[in-house]
Amino acid sequence: MNTDSKPVNTAVSKAELAAMFRAFIDPQFVITDEETLKPYECDGLSMYCVMPLLVVLPETVDQVQQVMRLCHRYRIPVVARGAGTGLSAGAMPDAGGVVLSLAKFNRILDIDPVARSARLQSGVRNLAISEAAADYGLYYGPDPSSQIACTIGGNVGENSGGVHCLKYGLTTHNILSVEMVTVEGERVVIGSDGLDSCGMDLLALITGSEGLLGVITEVQVKLLPTPEIARVIMAGFGTVDDAGDAVGGIIAQGIIPAGLEMMDSHAIKAVEAFTGAGYPVDAAALLLCEVDGTREEVQEHIEKAEALFRDFGATSIRTSKDEAERVLLWKGRKSAFPAMGRISPDYYCMDGTIPRAHLARVLNDMQDMSKRFGLRVANVFHAGDGNLHPLILFDANQEGELERAEAFGSDILKLCVEVGGCITGEHGVGVEKIRQMPMQFTDPEIEQLNAVKSAFDAQGTLNPGKGVPTLRNCQEYRAINAKPQAPEVHHA
Amino acid sequence: MPDITEHLQQQINAARNDGRKLAIVGGGSKQFMGRDISAERLDVGGHSGIVNYQPVELVLTVRAGTPLSEIEATLAEKNQMLSFEPPRFGDSSTIGGTLACNQSGPGRPWWNSVRDQVLGVNLINGKGEKLRFGGQVMKNVAGYDVSRTQAGAMGTLGVLAEISLKVLPRPDMTKTLAREMDHAEAIRFMNARAAEPKPLSGACWLDGTLYLRLSGARSAVEATARHWDIPIMPDGETFWQQLRDQQLEFFAGEQPLWRFSINSTAPTPALKGHWLLDWAGSQRWYRGEGQMADMEDHAEKAGGQVSLYRGGDRTGEVMHRQQPALQAIQKRLKHSFDPDALFNPGRLYSWL
Repeated sequence: MNTDSKPVNTAVSKAELAAMFRAFIDPQFVITDEETLKPYECDGLSMYCVMPLLVVLPETVDQVQQVMRLCHRYRIPVVARGAGTGLSAGAMPDAGGVVLSLAKFNRILDIDPVARSARLQSGVRNLAISEAAADYGLYYGPDPSSQIACTIGGNVGENSGGVHCLKYGLTTHNILSVEMVTVEGERVVIGSDGLDSCGMDLLALITGSEGLLGVITEVQVKLLPTPEIARVIMAGFGTVDDAGDAVGGIIAQGIIPAGLEMMDSHAIKAVEAFTGAGYPVDAAALLLCEVDGTREEVQEHIEKAEALFRDFGATSIRTSKDEAERVLLWKGRKSAFPAMGRISPDYYCMDGTIPRAHLARVLNDMQDMSKRFGLRVANVFHAGDGNLHPLILFDANQEGELERAEAFGSDILKLCVEVGGCITGEHGVGVEKIRQMPMQFTDPEIEQLNAVKSAFDAQGTLNPGKGVPTLRNCQEYRAINAKPQAPEVHHA
Repeated sequence: MPDITEHLQQQINAARNDGRKLAIVGGGSKQFMGRDISAERLDVGGHSGIVNYQPVELVLTVRAGTPLSEIEATLAEKNQMLSFEPPRFGDSSTIGGTLACNQSGPGRPWWNSVRDQVLGVNLINGKGEKLRFGGQVMKNVAGYDVSRTQAGAMGTLGVLAEISLKVLPRPDMTKTLAREMDHAEAIRFMNARAAEPKPLSGACWLDGTLYLRLSGARSAVEATARHWDIPIMPDGETFWQQLRDQQLEFFAGEQPLWRFSINSTAPTPALKGHWLLDWAGSQRWYRGEGQMADMEDHAEKAGGQVSLYRGGDRTGEVMHRQQPALQAIQKRLKHSFDPDALFNPGRLYSWL
């Protein structure tokens, strides 16, 4: 077989391509029939669906390289896929392209408890890393809410965070190296066992690149010592402003909580009805503040934080006495999404980030928009790092509600950018937010981002149509975004 | 201080039109790093000043030419700090040079590097365009992470104009512990302590002595110091500051200084010269003569990379060799930011 990756202009049919893949991949892992292809038509954002040409599930890096060489030769789009839990349609297939699933790359290759690192194939699940490291008193820091299912390769692609990233950082802060297959099928290692490498920081560039620059096949992560103890304070507040001020107050005291989450009254009521965890349903806002560390340090910080929340007007305070109570208090927050599913047929989760100082304004504006679009919105908020997750409630079976939800979401992102924030904190741009990219970036910036892409993938076959729009589309998107999308304009 | 971005853009455009090359200089304190080059100076030190500082947001935005001393004095007023403890090679050291050269001090394994703490940059590329990437918020995944890519690029991708950083509260208390220990045992011991959930913030070995730093809540520092039972060193702060700024006797003199960034547990390469271990074994400094290719072999055997940090032959390569495919990608990236190769030609690698 010719494994030269030099592009040719010959077109190949689906059957020819499948036959070429089956020459080196177990034929049952080259999927071509509609029924078996169906589950791959979308990721966690199921409003965007496209059937791929075919799906391959290679089992070795060598096979991934061969897939890439063939696709490069025939200019066939490739979309890499982990567990498909992404929330921005970043793993949505290309209709004329191949989905490259890393599902078979599920082995933990090595855990080094002394150097505090682990080498993983890219399809290893996030939670499996901490489970395997637990025997050594170590764990992996980033804990996105999909951590039961999502893979470390996908985490690198999205630069995933989680509720603990104020203190422990994002994926980009917790990895040492990646093995990547380039679009031409070359295997490269970026980073090392050391904490930094010479030259431009390509590891930073790859992290969060949404599968547009290469296919990740292996990741080396740092492991952290498991804290001696963690305790959580749940505090209710009479106004969102009080809760926001209390967050600032904690930080000003010099305490960096392991987790600092806020929920608005809509979210509090929904999760309490769902979990019965004892949340204060009469509060306008609720804070969950987790402190971890040594026993002495946690005791000291819990006492300071309780006093501070009282000073900032907390209407209720409850602090976990043991691990069971800590888990119970987190249960409501962790059930926020399914709780919404119970009070609404559908919900649309947004992901903007704002400087915390603008929280009250943003939440108030969102309530105005809610009235104008005629859709409810509940908010869960990574308060420590400014990452908002407004959940827009709608019913896709009602004519026009999905479109209204999308327009509402777009206006929320516009507002986030206006107050100095960004359109996505951790879910990625994917297909979903590509129309909002021109809100955050100018044309020369978009052009530079596209030039970065070309430095890795000149033909643009890796995950096409995601992440960064073309300049021509930007002008079109700006025109659409500038139009008022609802009966009245909400602010000048 | 005024915003001189437009002035910088004009100089860049003029150089581009005339076919001149530019050597970017902030405070000029890190001229000894990278390869020797000849190009016209582009002074960016005048682009100085704090643009925005929000202590409760833990976010600071500064012009790239701002001296570290000014930034740290401002943060100290609010009991905050640059957690990556940037080395100062003189009063003129700037934040822009710190990021471009990816310089972080003794706390780096626990408190992150300058690269880690960067949230966004304004950059002038080789076409004279002012571009903004990242932002002033801690989570931002829109577009590629161009901001952090600047760390270690030594100005080859453009002129840093403005930088937003995450800052952290200063610890309530710091204590230094010190005890005699041999080299191999120190590597084992530092890694073992780093695997415990204790407020460790520094681990260094030099001349038969192990130094550990504890920082954090008073109660946690005191309890850990008792638990580990290692003698407390008076005036430990001075030691860590001299380590950070390379003012210890170890760093004096003309012998070449090599920096190994390797697996923290790797045995130290068997070389005749003098060693200093930092970052719990991840960063190891070596004083002695050597050939770049041999040093690269040693570093790779230890799971990492090496650079000729100061002194020695600075006309050859001084940074660890790159895989051919990664070299090709970096050349294309360079071209995408700086198509006429205006900025710091050859400073990082002869081929860049």
